[in-house]
Amino acid sequence: MTEFALILISTILVNNFVLVKFLGLCPFMGVSRKLETAMGMGLATTFVLTLSAASSELIDHYLLEPFDITYLRTITFILVIAAVVGFTEMVVQKTSPLLYKVLGIYLPLITTNCAVLGVALLNVQESHGFLGSALYGFGAAIGFTLVLVLFAAIRERVAVADVPTPFKGNAISLITAGLMSLAFMGFSGLIRG
Amino acid sequence: MLMAILIVSVLAGLFGLLLGFASIRFKVEGDPIVDQIDQLLPQTQCGQCGFPGCRPYAEAIASGEADINRCPPGGETTVQALADLLGVEPKPLDAEAGEPSDIPMVAVIHEEYCIGCTLCIQACPVDAIVGAPKQMHTVIADECTGCKLCVPACPVDTITMEPIPPTPENWTWPFPDKPYIPITVETAHEQ
Repeated sequence: MTEFALILISTILVNNFVLVKFLGLCPFMGVSRKLETAMGMGLATTFVLTLSAASSELIDHYLLEPFDITYLRTITFILVIAAVVGFTEMVVQKTSPLLYKVLGIYLPLITTNCAVLGVALLNVQESHGFLGSALYGFGAAIGFTLVLVLFAAIRERVAVADVPTPFKGNAISLITAGLMSLAFMGFSGLIRG
Repeated sequence: MLMAILIVSVLAGLFGLLLGFASIRFKVEGDPIVDQIDQLLPQTQCGQCGFPGCRPYAEAIASGEADINRCPPGGETTVQALADLLGVEPKPLDAEAGEPSDIPMVAVIHEEYCIGCTLCIQACPVDAIVGAPKQMHTVIADECTGCKLCVPACPVDTITMEPIPPTPENWTWPFPDKPYIPITVETAHEQ
């Protein structure tokens, strides 16, 4: 139990995928202009990441390892992620048109989120087991959502603030992201290992 | 080597089957009229109608939210085809479509025609018009918010809205849709 709690805290705060591992930066900068889209993106990513982390782990454990073709991990995981994203999109469209509308273009875009592949590969590297992998994916996605929402809120505030001309636009956003990353480094002392 | 090819192919085939099954099992019945409207549109996805693409515009027409004459690439022929399909009168192309309506505008009083009636001064919500009775009025361009409220108020129709061309000096980062509004005692009561 403590192990699972540790995985969650570690992925959400200490080893945050965006601000500490620098994965999934494109949606982090791309869809953080508005709070609502950030929420939508976070929601969609949480869904896909958990599912793809779990299914990648299953495929790796029961298919790639027994047949000794682990060198095909990357391509197989990409396949899994693309299929999961496509499947999710269809199911969401059928079961919840409202959610489908909110997520919109972000749902298919998750395929290109490098954090999704990163989680799947790290799971295998650190051999978390099935439940651990699913939790690792879930925690990574929650951390991603948390940071994305925080960053979107800051950007909405900064957009109406009186920023000095040379820093306007993307410059101040990048500086903000850097400061957030610094702030998240403070969490590294959270767990005495 | 052969095993690897086989396994990845089987995996890809399985995913293909899964997606194929899902696309049939979770098929969403679209609105047939939306499909018909969508087919008549030019599919340039240019967004000049004010919608993010041809499909959203078709949905807006079907639900009655948008007029049929907002598609400049399609031109008169598209308007005609849409009018035939929907059984409504064809209209000339909307002049507003084709230029974004949210570019900043400033009111300009053509002073040679101003009769000094002060009606526009009363209409202006931000006191951006100066003038006195029987005296020519003028707009303080820096104060004007471009709200167009003074345009219908003028009895001699001498106020026009002029677009402000963006320059490096006046261009700013676009505001978010819901700007940050600090919660004060007044706004808290309103909510």
